[in-house]
Amino acid sequence: MNYRFISYIVGWILNFQGIFLIIPSFVALYYGEDSGFAYVVTSIICLAIGVALTLKKPSNKAFYAKDGFISVAACWIVLSITGALPFVFNGEIPSIVDAMFETISGFTTTGATILSDVEALSKCNLFWRSFTHWIGGMGVLVFVLCILPLAGGDNMHLLKAESPGPSVNKLVPRVRDTALILYGIYIFLTIIEVVLLLISGMTAFDALTTSFGTAGTGGFGIKNNSMADYSVAIQNIVGVFMMLFGVNFSIYFLLLVRKPKQILKSEELRVYVGIIAISTIVIGINIRGSFPSIWSALQQAFFQVSSVITTTGFATVDFNLWPSLSKSVLILLMFVGACAGSTGGGIKVSRIVILWKDIKNELAAYMHPRSVRTVRIEGKKVNNEIVNSVKTYISLYLVIFISSVLLISFENYSFETNFTAVAATLNNVGPGFDGVGPMENFAKYNSFSKYILMFDMLAGRLELIPMVIIFNPSVWKIRGKRLFS
Amino acid sequence: MQIIIVGCGKVGSTLAEQLSQEGHDISVIDINEKIVEEVSYKYDSLGVVGNGASHLTQVEAGIEKAHLLIAVTGSDELNLLCCLIARKVGDCKTIARVRNPIYSKEINFIKEELGLSMVINPENAAASEITRVLRFPSAISIDRFNKGRVELLNFKVQDGSILHNISVKEIASKLHCDVLVCTVERAEEVIIPNGEFIIKEKDVVSIIASHKKAVEFFVKIGVISNPVKNAMLIGGGALSYYLANQLIGYGIDVKIIEQDLNRCEVLTELLPRAMIINGDGTNQSLLKEEGIEETESFASLTGLDEENVLLSLYAHSKTKGKIITKVNRIAFDDVINNLELGSVIYPKYITAEYIVQYVRAMNNSIGSNVETLYKIKKDKAEALEFYVNEDSKLIGIPIEKLNLKDNLLICCINRSGKIITPRGQDCIVKGDRVIVVTTNLGYQDLADILRG
Repeated sequence: MNYRFISYIVGWILNFQGIFLIIPSFVALYYGEDSGFAYVVTSIICLAIGVALTLKKPSNKAFYAKDGFISVAACWIVLSITGALPFVFNGEIPSIVDAMFETISGFTTTGATILSDVEALSKCNLFWRSFTHWIGGMGVLVFVLCILPLAGGDNMHLLKAESPGPSVNKLVPRVRDTALILYGIYIFLTIIEVVLLLISGMTAFDALTTSFGTAGTGGFGIKNNSMADYSVAIQNIVGVFMMLFGVNFSIYFLLLVRKPKQILKSEELRVYVGIIAISTIVIGINIRGSFPSIWSALQQAFFQVSSVITTTGFATVDFNLWPSLSKSVLILLMFVGACAGSTGGGIKVSRIVILWKDIKNELAAYMHPRSVRTVRIEGKKVNNEIVNSVKTYISLYLVIFISSVLLISFENYSFETNFTAVAATLNNVGPGFDGVGPMENFAKYNSFSKYILMFDMLAGRLELIPMVIIFNPSVWKIRGKRLFS
Repeated sequence: MQIIIVGCGKVGSTLAEQLSQEGHDISVIDINEKIVEEVSYKYDSLGVVGNGASHLTQVEAGIEKAHLLIAVTGSDELNLLCCLIARKVGDCKTIARVRNPIYSKEINFIKEELGLSMVINPENAAASEITRVLRFPSAISIDRFNKGRVELLNFKVQDGSILHNISVKEIASKLHCDVLVCTVERAEEVIIPNGEFIIKEKDVVSIIASHKKAVEFFVKIGVISNPVKNAMLIGGGALSYYLANQLIGYGIDVKIIEQDLNRCEVLTELLPRAMIINGDGTNQSLLKEEGIEETESFASLTGLDEENVLLSLYAHSKTKGKIITKVNRIAFDDVINNLELGSVIYPKYITAEYIVQYVRAMNNSIGSNVETLYKIKKDKAEALEFYVNEDSKLIGIPIEKLNLKDNLLICCINRSGKIITPRGQDCIVKGDRVIVVTTNLGYQDLADILRG
C-alpha cells in the first residue's frame, strides 16, 4: 500500500475543499451574515493541511487498484469531517455528530436531514448544504482528475472506485479527457436548469440551490416542506431534470458526437424510462382520489417517481400519507435506483438488468442442465466477471442492509421507520416513510444509529466496496505490523 | 495524434505505453478481453475487444478520426488485412508487422500496393542491429539517426585503458584523433561532456565519427575494432536466417548450429554459403569441436531466453570474441545488464523502437520545427534534427562563439547530404540540417539551444 501517495491525493482533496469552502463565505458576505466566518476558518485549516501534504510530490508512484479504493474512501471521509466543521463553528448545528450526518448526507447526495426547521439556517449554510450535493454528485476525485496531472494508469483506479455502476467505460482514450467531458455535461445541464428555473419565477438563490440538489440527485430542500410551495411549472422542471440526471452520462456523450441511433439501442435507458412510465401510471391511478384531476395526480406521481428512482428525495406532497400500493412501489424504486454512470444512487438499473437476465439463464439451466448461455446486453456478451461482481454486490448489499436495520432497531421506532431509514440512506434517497418520511427528519436517532446511517450513506455512494475495504484489517498493516492493534 | 494499435502483445503494449506517455491518444484492439483491460488501464488508453480486421471494431476504436493504425498481431495476414481495411475506411497512415520471410522479398510490392507507410520485420530489424554491432565489435551498441547516416558508437572504457583520467579536450591533442565525444554514461547518469570533462574507467562513452576515423580511434585506444571474420550462431530461427544472410553479404563466415534436422535442410537450401551443423547447441563438446574457443563472434539466438543467457555466459568463459545474446522478454533487462552477455538484443524492443521513431518523426513534422527526434541512451537524452532557416540567429557565427546552453552539443551538420562533424571554427549556414544532442528534453526550435 502506497500510503505516501494516498496522503498526497488526500492533500489535494483538502486543497480543493479549502477552495470550495470559500464560496459560501461570499454568499454570507452578500447577505450580510456573520456566520460566514466559519467557512473562512475551515477553509484556512483545510488549505494549511492540504498544502503541507502536497508540498512534496511522492517519489514512489506505484499505485494499484487497492490504493484506488483506499484513496477514495479516505478522501470521502476527510471531506465529510472537514465539510461538517463550519456548521459546528457557527453554532447552527452545534453537535459534531449531527453536523457530520448533514454533511455526509450532502456529499453522498442522500438528502436526509437531522434538521426539523431548515428555514432557520442562515443562507450560507443552506448554500453549502446544497453545494455539497453538487460536488458529491459527479464525484470529487473525478473533479480532481480533471485538474491534477497524475500519471497514467493511476487515474483509472480512482475513476473506477468513484463512479457508480458495474463497469466503467471511458468515453475517450484518456481518463482525464473523459473526466473533463463528464464534468462539462454536468455543468451544462446544471446551467440549463438554473436558467429554466429563473424563467419560471424562482429567486436566484432558490434556483441555484435547487439545481445543485437536482444535479447531484441529492434532495436537500431549502424549505421545510421541500418543493411543495413552488408552482407546478417549477415542480415539472425539477421532475424532468431529476430524471435527466439519473441517465447514464455516456448517453449525452453520444448526443454530443451525434450518434443518436445508438441512444435508442441503450437497454439500460429503455428499462429506466419504462420503469418510470409504468410506476407513474400505477401510482397516478392509485392516488387519483385525493387529487382534483387525473392529470394533477399523474403530475404528482411523476415528480415523486422521478425523485425516488433517481434517489434525489425532493417531495411535493407528504407521500407518507399515500395508499400502501403507492408506497410499496416507491420503496421498490428506492432499491432500483438510477442508471449506472449517472449521479444517482441505489442498486442501479444496469445491475438489475444483468441480474434479471442471469436469473433467467440459471432457471433455464435447471431445465436444460447442459445448456450454455451468456448474459447479453445490447447484443454484446457481458463478461462473467461482471455478472459475478454484480452478484457479490447484491449479496454484500443485503448483508450491510440487514445488519444496519438490526443495529438501528435497538431504538424503539416502528419497523417501517427503521427499514426505510436504512433504505433511504444506503440508496442515497433521503426521505423514507413513517418516522423518517418526507416531512420528518432523522434527528430522533441517537449518535450510534447516526454513525451506522452515515456509514450506509458513504457505502451507498461509493458502491460498497471502498467502504468495506477500508475496514479490512490488512489495509492497516505496514510491513506485517498492525497500525492499530 | 490519434493512434490505433491492433494486437496487445509485448510489442503492442510497449508501443501503447511509450506513445501514451508521449501524449498521443491511444486505442488498443485485441481479441483477448483480459489483455485489453489491462493495457487500457495501465497505459491510459481506450480498449476495444474484437478482431482488428473487422470494420465495425475499427470504427468503434475511432478509425475515422485516427491518424495512424499500427497492426502488430501475431499473424502477418491479419496485420495486412487490418491495414488494408483501415486505408479503405479512414484516412490514416498504416504500419504493419510482417515477419514471414516469404513476404520479406516482396515487401516493397506489398507496401506499394496496399498503401502501407511502413512495414516492420522484427527479426530482420534485429538482424540488422546485430550485423552493425559485428561490423564494429568494440562498440556495445550503435544508435543511428538521420535515416542511418549518422552513427553514435557506444563503448565501455575498459580497466587500464589509456582513456582513463584523460579529459575530453586531450583526446585530440594526445591521441591525434578527430572524434567527437557525444555523451558519457556514468552510473545511470547521462552527461554531455564539455572539454574539461575527465573520462574514467567503466564509463560508457559514445562518439560520433566517420567509419575510418572511428577505426583509427579504436586502434589508438587499444581496442580491436576490425569487423569479425566469422560468426557462430546458435539456433536456426528466422533471426538466424536474416542475420546469416546479411553477414554473408559482408563476407563473414557463418556457422549455424540447429537442433532440428528438417530446419537444417531448409537452411542449407536458403543459405548455400553458410555452414549448417545439426546438433544440440547446448552440448559443450559439440561447441568445442566446432571451435567456440577460436570464433570471433558468438550469438545465442535460440527461442529460449534462459538458454541464450547461459550459452552466452559459457561462451564468455571460453572465447574473447564478441558475444551477442537475444532476449525476448523485456521485463528483466536491468538484471540482464549486470551479466557478461556482450550485446543484448531485444527484437521486440527494437520493433517498438522503430515504430516509435516513425511516429515521432510523423508527429514532429506537424507543428514544431524539429524535423526528427530520437531518444537515445534509454530516453535520457534526445537527438534532435533541425532545419536552419535563413532568419536563424545561428548563421555565420563560429560554433565556439555561440552562447550555448549546458548539457548540449551540436554533434553534426548535414550540409546537402554531406555529414560534417563540426569543430569550434565551423559555421552554420542556411539550409543545413543540424543535429543537436541534449539531456534537457523538450526543445522546440533551434533558437532554444542558445542561452537567454
